[in-house]
Amino acid sequence: MKPQSCVNINKEWDIVGARQLGRDIAKKMGFGTVDQARIATAISELARNIYLYAEEGQICFEVIDNLPQRGMRMIAVDTGPGIKDIGQVMQDGFSTSGGLGAGLPGVKRLMDEFDLQSEASKGTRINAVKWLR
Amino acid sequence: MDEVMNLSAATYKDLLEHYIKTQDEKSLYEVEKVSKNFIKNSKTPEEIVNLHIQALSELYPNLKEDFQHSMNFLLEAMIAYGLAHQEYQQLREKQYELKTEIAVAASMQETLLGTTKPDIEGLDIGVVSVPAHQMNGDYHHFVKGKDNSLGIAIADVIGKGIPAALSMSMIKYSMDSYPEESMSPRAILKNLNRVVERNVDPSMFITMFYAQYIPSESLLHYSSAGHEPGFYYNAEKNTFTEIESKGLVLGVSPDTDYQQYKLKINKDDMVILLTDGVTECRDGERFIESEEVLDVIKQYAHLPAQEMVDQVYKHFERLQDFQLRDDFTLLILRKIV
Repeated sequence: MKPQSCVNINKEWDIVGARQLGRDIAKKMGFGTVDQARIATAISELARNIYLYAEEGQICFEVIDNLPQRGMRMIAVDTGPGIKDIGQVMQDGFSTSGGLGAGLPGVKRLMDEFDLQSEASKGTRINAVKWLR
Repeated sequence: MDEVMNLSAATYKDLLEHYIKTQDEKSLYEVEKVSKNFIKNSKTPEEIVNLHIQALSELYPNLKEDFQHSMNFLLEAMIAYGLAHQEYQQLREKQYELKTEIAVAASMQETLLGTTKPDIEGLDIGVVSVPAHQMNGDYHHFVKGKDNSLGIAIADVIGKGIPAALSMSMIKYSMDSYPEESMSPRAILKNLNRVVERNVDPSMFITMFYAQYIPSESLLHYSSAGHEPGFYYNAEKNTFTEIESKGLVLGVSPDTDYQQYKLKINKDDMVILLTDGVTECRDGERFIESEEVLDVIKQYAHLPAQEMVDQVYKHFERLQDFQLRDDFTLLILRKIV
């Protein structure tokens, strides 16, 4: 496993930086155009959540190379207020998505694996994986 | 799934090639079918754009780079759209689940609140009760006493749908706990008023008309808690009159007393009880007048009571374009001997 590469998220422009780094890694690993676009969109959603609700956090990428499976992991960590009702934010049509299909349920759809841990006033950690097919 | 995509991809490429050469309508019709197949197999817009990009690059290996970039740009623009589409699909499934669940609740309500029309000597009874939506906020109930008397309750929750229906179950079980044959209409309403006042949200009110028919005296004793007034048909005079009844709706104040009235019923006379879903039927934007209800009842008065209420219901259902705005309950008693 390669060491992590991370992007700090403090301002809106950092979202673009995170997308760029994520896309470069995805491209190098051999993800197709559609999956590259999906990965970039998932990064956007994760980074925007940090920017909007936590103010500070980072997104890290890891290449998973356990043959025969290869994939890309992204981890979003913040020290924000945490998510009180995880069930609610994972519901379609709730909050940030507002029926636009984005938000965390969108990330879950875009990726193959999705895991979320959050503690009130401590922060949130989201771990998502896209497998290379 | 990938097989579907590969098959469609081949077809898509062939159709595209053919269309570029001929611009014929047949290719367009064929691609419409392919498109429907994509939808059926939950293909997202970005996947279809990608299919297009692949087909193009196979057909035109020397396609200008600028153009290729522009197609990738379109693909990116489709991602969010595809997500919104998936969300929409999922919400549709959820809505279907909810509908099914409510249907189960509605049939359970029917079982819980079910009442059978009793056979009372000398009385012909007809009743129809239809909810505007899936669950009924109207309620009617018959109780046959040991002395051959008949208790009739008809009630309406202000409001409709699920909360209204839930309140009605409470009314039914409270009434079941009374030794009804020994209680007068006024006492029943007084008791129910207390139950409603204590247990129901202050913004919710229930109106009820409770009547007790004593065959040996040919007398109808009744009390009303703010319920839509019913009508009395005097066969001898061939007239309809509103049944006089005053009383506060259930649940407003804990110590309400109800007046009790009595009405002598002669042969061929009718008592018509209803909820405001009947009197507030609408013809387009216009509310109907209660005379119109009576006119329609008169029109079918030669029929047995059950056929009469069924026909009256059909009339108003049609008048409202088969979409009830409120729960509709109509109950008719006719003395036949």
